[in-house]
Amino acid sequence: MIVENEKIPFDINAIRAEFPVLKQKIYGKDLIYFDNGATSQKPQVVLDAINKYYSQENSNIHRGVHHLSQVATSHYEEARTIIQKYINAPLQEEVLFNSGTTAGINMVAFCFGELLTEGDEIVISAMEHHSNIVPWQMLCERKKCILKVIPMTKKGELEMDVFDNLLSNKTKLVAVSHISNSLGTINPIEEIIEKAHAIGAKVLIDGAQSIQHMKVDVQALDCDFYAFSGHKVFGPTGVGVLYGKKEILDSMPPYQGGGDMISKVTFEKTTYNTLPHKFEAGTPHIAGGICLGTAIEYLSKLDIDSIQKHEYELAQYAEQELLNIDGLRIIGTAKNKTSVVSFVIEGIHPFDIGTLLDKQGIAVRTGHHCTQPVMSFFEIPGTIRASFAFYNTKNEIDIFIKAVNRSLKMLR
Amino acid sequence: MTLEEKQIQIVEEFGIFDDWMDKYEYIIELGKELPIIEEADKSDDKLIEGCQSRVWLDSSMEGDKMKFVADSDAIITKGIIGLLIRVMNNETPKTIATADLHFIADIGLQEHLSPTRANGLASMVQKLKMSALKAI
Repeated sequence: MIVENEKIPFDINAIRAEFPVLKQKIYGKDLIYFDNGATSQKPQVVLDAINKYYSQENSNIHRGVHHLSQVATSHYEEARTIIQKYINAPLQEEVLFNSGTTAGINMVAFCFGELLTEGDEIVISAMEHHSNIVPWQMLCERKKCILKVIPMTKKGELEMDVFDNLLSNKTKLVAVSHISNSLGTINPIEEIIEKAHAIGAKVLIDGAQSIQHMKVDVQALDCDFYAFSGHKVFGPTGVGVLYGKKEILDSMPPYQGGGDMISKVTFEKTTYNTLPHKFEAGTPHIAGGICLGTAIEYLSKLDIDSIQKHEYELAQYAEQELLNIDGLRIIGTAKNKTSVVSFVIEGIHPFDIGTLLDKQGIAVRTGHHCTQPVMSFFEIPGTIRASFAFYNTKNEIDIFIKAVNRSLKMLR
Repeated sequence: MTLEEKQIQIVEEFGIFDDWMDKYEYIIELGKELPIIEEADKSDDKLIEGCQSRVWLDSSMEGDKMKFVADSDAIITKGIIGLLIRVMNNETPKTIATADLHFIADIGLQEHLSPTRANGLASMVQKLKMSALKAI
């Protein structure tokens, strides 16, 4: 359980020692992992928890009378409580386990979407990940709703005055990312939530890129839904969370039918289980849920303010050093940014840089980052994206800059 | 020189590099040398859309042999294309359609031909072989 006064002071060497993957050599070079926006590495406590679950506790949850099933069930539900406390959700049953952010958004698009009628409007933003675009397009097709998009500036900031004009009594939902995965922009979600609520619309926050970088308090934000992925927050892949306000979740029809989500089944009529089980049909990713709890517990013991400061300094330093490179342009220059640095270099394809950095032991991401509309907006095929986590260092950035320069020498 | 002899020759050329960066330096040089398809000729029917880099491929017949020209917007992709074309050019459709392109794995570049790599190269090889099959 989380003990608030147990915060561990920020010590980069101690933190790095917790992540075994960082000790690896790639093509004979020390691994420099700058692809944290795609997925995060896992601390030893999470790896141990995965091993412990499968070697000592593995069994199916919620229905077994035997010892193992009860242990697994209680650990799974404890994980839910850990997550509930971390995001400050009022109720435990408002924390729904699923396979990740994409699953959470699709669930809302389907189930909340069932409450919509022809002509209702959904507002998203110009910098959304494909998984916060396509589910809404599918919903609009299904229910004849209208999708509206908040535009952005060339800095990668949302045009909030246009947002005001997009809102009307037809707006039923606003779905925006807390942080853009390709630009790093931290969006003014407090303002978005307040304005959407003022006209009676609900708000979904895509938190895939935010919870690992900052404190998220769903009550303070007053968002109606908040979705995130376990693997981006130092937990296992294949597990994620959707927070939703109880009264809204209660009003929505279930998503998938199956075991665990029912109260009583007859061939004539089936009644559904209560929250959270109503939205958790079938055997869930039990190990994933338990170990995501471990990851969140690990994170909750760290000093999030120091983490934020460290990551901010890394991004600032990286941008400053990158800008010394001839023809380099940072994509995403919003005032309020997280530790994502996306860039292009004149005359050089991102794929070539990514390939050469890989051979120097450096993992970055190149391409459109599942945000093709963002790339179209900036009229580029893709970017090179370095995304930092708290276990990264300035020294790694120095090596990275040297590697970029070496690659450019070869390519130019 | 047979298709197999060409593959062996390339493997030997790469044998002198023991460092990955040297290997890529050579691939980049090959990419720079490759005759490119003029912008105006880069029509959609020649385009193979990859997730990362794009590839254009055109083929023609000269007697009973096939000729290929190709291009890419990424120079490393282009270098590997250069190697593929060197092996496949001036061969009969039947030889091309049944070719086992082991040299790519032999020189350690198999990752680039993986369908998950999304640089258009795997699709290019597929398209190249399909055009050979059609010409048989």
